[in-house]
Amino acid sequence: MGTVTDSPAVWASHLRKRYKRRTAVDGVSFTVGRGEVLGLLGPNGAGKTSVIKMMLGLVRPDAGEVMLLGRPHTDPRSRERVGYLPELFRYQPWLSADEVLRLHVRLAGVTIGDRDRRETLSLVGLADRAADRVGGFSKGMQQRLGLAVALVARPDLVVLDEPTSALDPLGRADVRDLLLSLKDRGVAVLLNSHLIGEVERVCDRVMILDHGRVAASGTLAELLGRRSLRLTLSEVGAEAAAVLSPFTAEDGVYTVAMPADVPTLVADLVGRGVRVHAVEPARMSLEERLLEVLREKS
Amino acid sequence: MRIVLTVAALALQEASRRKVLRSLGALTAVLLALSAWGFSEIAADYGGLTSGEAKVAASVVLNLVMFGFSLIAALGTAFLAGPTLSGEVESGVALAMMTRPIRRAQVLTGKWLGLVVFGTGFVTVAGVAQFVIVHTTVDYWPPHPVTGLALLAGQTAALLTLGLLLSTAISPMASGIVAVGLFGATWIAGVVGSVGDALGNPSVAMIGTVSRMLLPTDGLWRGAMNSFQDPALLAQIGSGVEESPFLSMHPLTGAYLLWAALWTGLVLSLAALSFQRRDL
Repeated sequence: MGTVTDSPAVWASHLRKRYKRRTAVDGVSFTVGRGEVLGLLGPNGAGKTSVIKMMLGLVRPDAGEVMLLGRPHTDPRSRERVGYLPELFRYQPWLSADEVLRLHVRLAGVTIGDRDRRETLSLVGLADRAADRVGGFSKGMQQRLGLAVALVARPDLVVLDEPTSALDPLGRADVRDLLLSLKDRGVAVLLNSHLIGEVERVCDRVMILDHGRVAASGTLAELLGRRSLRLTLSEVGAEAAAVLSPFTAEDGVYTVAMPADVPTLVADLVGRGVRVHAVEPARMSLEERLLEVLREKS
Repeated sequence: MRIVLTVAALALQEASRRKVLRSLGALTAVLLALSAWGFSEIAADYGGLTSGEAKVAASVVLNLVMFGFSLIAALGTAFLAGPTLSGEVESGVALAMMTRPIRRAQVLTGKWLGLVVFGTGFVTVAGVAQFVIVHTTVDYWPPHPVTGLALLAGQTAALLTLGLLLSTAISPMASGIVAVGLFGATWIAGVVGSVGDALGNPSVAMIGTVSRMLLPTDGLWRGAMNSFQDPALLAQIGSGVEESPFLSMHPLTGAYLLWAALWTGLVLSLAALSFQRRDL
């Protein structure tokens, strides 16, 4: 039992998939640690959804291995504690929201009480629609229901494929809060999203896929490089410039590598007659880095 | 087993919520009413017929009406079987379900079981209602009603299993059409075969035999007819009725029943294998 709980939430090795002539996934390996949030980024057709589907046994890989929560993914029990929101989210239109949850609880083989199911529905904002047929739901509500389905059976791993594609800005904020609460509870999350800001805010690590291969992966700090400091200054003399060097400057905004002691640097500049208007930490955004990686590759 | 039963119950719930039950009920009521009227006309014309002839007529008309019910049951379940599997795959409903800790074969078996229960329930209710009508109007009760209804249920099960197999490979609409087309073709081949029998032409008769082996729906239907008609009455009428598509001279052999069961199991296993290999 020890090996099962100590193993990573996902361990995938050299996944490969071809659809007729087109190679969709080509040698993708990655892990998602217990309680870790991994963001999956990449352009359309990069193979993100194919990777997810292979992982969950929906699509047969041509090569490669996957372990989910310590079990090979060919064993259905590996999915006992996995929740999944597909990119194409559709649920039995002739069932009510609560009946859909009850069905999934039964299929998952767990016991979840009425109250817990209601709580899950209210978590995604569907508490007052529990008895309504899914057929009458809007796309956004169906996606919320999909989130509830992914969360209802107390998962240790949640796989979310574009979880906010049909949601309004308020819904997106809800999902972000939900992701943060999952992270707090130690639930591992694999998040495929086009909303880079979301990924940047909640993910511990990011994997960028392009043309079916891993183009870059690592923690945000590793991917985005060292942090820098942006200072808005005027009356910068030669002496002060020497203190700042090396730097890049544009319209009075000086960017330098993050110093160990910011107050000392500012005091030093002020001492040399520099007027300091603003000091802010800066970092290359994930979006800039993503575009950089994809351009490098092409 | 828990998964299989859950999915079977879901399939039944789908049939009732999607108003399949209601429309089928309406159709059956119309057919029952029409047959009640028809049988009462036969009873009224007793004057022109001997009582034996009237019973043979009732026997033939009963088979004709039962053929109507078997057609409704077979077509209905074949058209339910297609969308229930490939429709769910196409729409995406299957995605979240299949990532639960379950095997695809369990889902397939559950759907199959639900549809078999549905088809059997329909055949039983409609069949028994029809027997009661025939009994009240012309005082005829089939010799082996339970066997006959069981064979009709078997026929429905065979066709819906084929529908399920087809739906693992082709679109829902196409699988329904192909299953029903094959059903019709086998029935016609069966009629051609019995004409061959009547004319003493073995090669024409072979057409019916081969088609009954390839798809046992027609064979089971002939067995059902045989259970509904009175053999003593047929003997009274003598030869010349063999070529009628609504009379069957011989009961089914044990070997054929075994083959029909084996055939259904084989097709279901093939469907499970094909569904297992499919990318969702």
